[in-house]
Amino acid sequence: MVTTASALTDGSLASIKGFLKTLSPVDQVGADARAAMLATRSIKTASKKWAIDMAISMIDLTTLEGSDTDGKVKAICNKAIRPDPTDPTVPHVGAICVYNDMVATARKHLDESGGHDIPVAAVSTAFPSGRASLEVKERDTKDAIADGATEIDMVIDRGAFLSGDLEKVYSEIVYIKSLCGDKAHLKVILETGELVTYDNVRKASFLAMAAGADFIKTSTGKVAPAATAPVVLVMLEAVRDFYQMTGVRIGVKPAGGIRTTKDAIKQLVLVKETAGDEWLNPELFRIGASALLNDLLMQRQKLTSGHYGGPNYVTLD
Amino acid sequence: MTFEYSSAPESKAIVTIDPVYKLFIGGKFVAPKSGKTFTTINPATEEVLAKIAYAEKSDIDKAVKAAQEGLKIWSKMAPSERGKYLYRIARIMQERAREFAVLETMDNGKPIRETRDIDIPLSAAHFFYHAGWADKLEHAGVGENPKPYGVVGQIIPWNFPLLMLAWKVAPALATGNTVVLKPAETTPLTALLFAQVCQQAELPAGVVNIVTGDGATGAAIVNHPGINKIAFTGSTDVGKLIARSVAGTGKGLTLELGGKGANIVFEDAPIDETVEGIINGIFFNQGHVCCAGSRLLVQENIQDELLEKLKRRMSQIRLGDPLDKNTDIGAINSREQLEKITELALSGDAEGAERFSASCAIPAKGFWYPPTFFTGVTQAHRIAREEIFGPVLSVISFRTPQEAIEKANNTPFGLSAGVWTDKGSRILWTAKHLKAGVIWANTFNKFDPASPFGGYKESGWGREGGRHGLAAYLKGAK
Repeated sequence: MVTTASALTDGSLASIKGFLKTLSPVDQVGADARAAMLATRSIKTASKKWAIDMAISMIDLTTLEGSDTDGKVKAICNKAIRPDPTDPTVPHVGAICVYNDMVATARKHLDESGGHDIPVAAVSTAFPSGRASLEVKERDTKDAIADGATEIDMVIDRGAFLSGDLEKVYSEIVYIKSLCGDKAHLKVILETGELVTYDNVRKASFLAMAAGADFIKTSTGKVAPAATAPVVLVMLEAVRDFYQMTGVRIGVKPAGGIRTTKDAIKQLVLVKETAGDEWLNPELFRIGASALLNDLLMQRQKLTSGHYGGPNYVTLD
Repeated sequence: MTFEYSSAPESKAIVTIDPVYKLFIGGKFVAPKSGKTFTTINPATEEVLAKIAYAEKSDIDKAVKAAQEGLKIWSKMAPSERGKYLYRIARIMQERAREFAVLETMDNGKPIRETRDIDIPLSAAHFFYHAGWADKLEHAGVGENPKPYGVVGQIIPWNFPLLMLAWKVAPALATGNTVVLKPAETTPLTALLFAQVCQQAELPAGVVNIVTGDGATGAAIVNHPGINKIAFTGSTDVGKLIARSVAGTGKGLTLELGGKGANIVFEDAPIDETVEGIINGIFFNQGHVCCAGSRLLVQENIQDELLEKLKRRMSQIRLGDPLDKNTDIGAINSREQLEKITELALSGDAEGAERFSASCAIPAKGFWYPPTFFTGVTQAHRIAREEIFGPVLSVISFRTPQEAIEKANNTPFGLSAGVWTDKGSRILWTAKHLKAGVIWANTFNKFDPASPFGGYKESGWGREGGRHGLAAYLKGAK
């Protein structure tokens, strides 16, 4: 039975609770075992080459530091456009992800350097804790969009979720989504490391999707554990099931802790064998990362040339 | 382009397969008296792997005599010394794990992922576990002064060749018995590699004897007057024959036989993990598992949703080259077994059940059967009653917990069962009312040497593993 997302709940606490009750529970031991089994897939030769390029094109190249400067942001923009200056066949990354005040710098520099088609994502709504009034979150989001962000990575109110105030969590997402309108995609960060249980991850995923998320994202990167394989598995099952319910495909973005090519390929295996091949593109799967890109490039050079060039043969930005 | 997994085969270079294998008797490899051999093949390619000695009665006489000689040393040895040998065997098995895994996959047809991650590590674990018991038997709660039977005849099946050897040999040796073991006709190679491990561990001559052959060889072991106990794993039909032969002889007997395990899914089950559990319950090891969850009992109000998910998941099962590290389901062990599976599945069609098979490409050579389930199955169908021992699942619905129990227990077997529910009290209630030797809750096909394994009714006598398994090798154990 296909129904529209807005018909899943009317946003009242009773209705949200009723909807979430229809969801199947998650068995932690079983989910861990499934993720561990999928981690044993052996991805070699041609499939590895394909996976590396796909992973590069899915990266939300991220810098979220108090020490970020214009220079730093410009540097990662250059890296995003030409990840490997010696090899033009390397695809550009999926997006640049920065703090709100860096959006204008990133957008301008990308446009001036041949990166028109690379979107800028802004972390907003009082990232990473989300502890601010709705007015502050609104202003945060509006600023980012005004400066040229076409993707908004918002955080949910984990305190509200854990205390049972699901109405607040839901209505905030609905409101931020309304600000995004058709100008920006909305990624909703669940901060799974604070939700802890897989049942919570599944519920929060559905809550976010029902409220209008275009993507559900694991983590801010500021809390550990972040994008563990079982958590991503549970979220991929959620988007797959949501598609069965509504006919709408929601994206997934793991972020935090994915640093090596091996980690990234394991993520792609999870996608393929859980949500399916339809999700294997940057429109529906992104990886929030910074150090990962260089490891992918080193592995790519190894596949192309037959030997490892080492860290000095990829650029540090 | 989509994400296709390139072939990732495990190298065969690590194994050396001799052209001809002899019998392992008295610590040496000796030719059978008749000089007869039979062949063992790779069921995934049908290529002949080796010629294997065929043991007849006179060879069994020799093996039993060697085991009796071995017993003189083994039973007098300090138990802590016996434990050291078992530890040594376990360590060598770990060191040679990859060799064992590749050889097992070639001889049996099961995927390397399973031999590498399950069969071989568990086999070593059984030796480690029982090594620890060797000098603590009086504390095992099986009597104050437990004594070994003497010479034990062991006959094992082809579905987990090395693991079934470990289940049998480790407790027998830990308790001070010596053994004459016959591996299955189609899968003798890892047992013969194990014989080399016994030599490498400098196990005293005659403690382990391995004789290869067919049913007649097995019968010669069962009927040998010099054997004090028989341990058999295999079909219920053969188990009954053995029970008849042994009756009145004073020989000890344990039997681990067939099953028709019920995997019971309640409406509040964690559905995605349940689907994984169903897959693991029936398609693990191509369904060649005596404790397979071969009957899916599903609460009727979630049947459609569950089967939709199951179909989707089955479409992702990777069938093919067992040596490929990404293969989920390998080859059926023999042409004979494939014919049996095919015949029983056809009876499902004929009796009106509805078949669904995953659309796997079937390789041109070798023996294969696609993962399959039947819906519309009732208790009266043959596929609901007989053990198929292949990747074929019968789906039966129920309405209430009471009905689930009645249907689950309505079988001549009673080896395993699974319960899937988010409710702890329901797990306990269901487990209490099921007549099965092993019951898994929210998981399936999990094995551990510390956990006793065995059946009710026609699924067998006695237990293997844990303290209960030790008792099966100790005379007069309580």
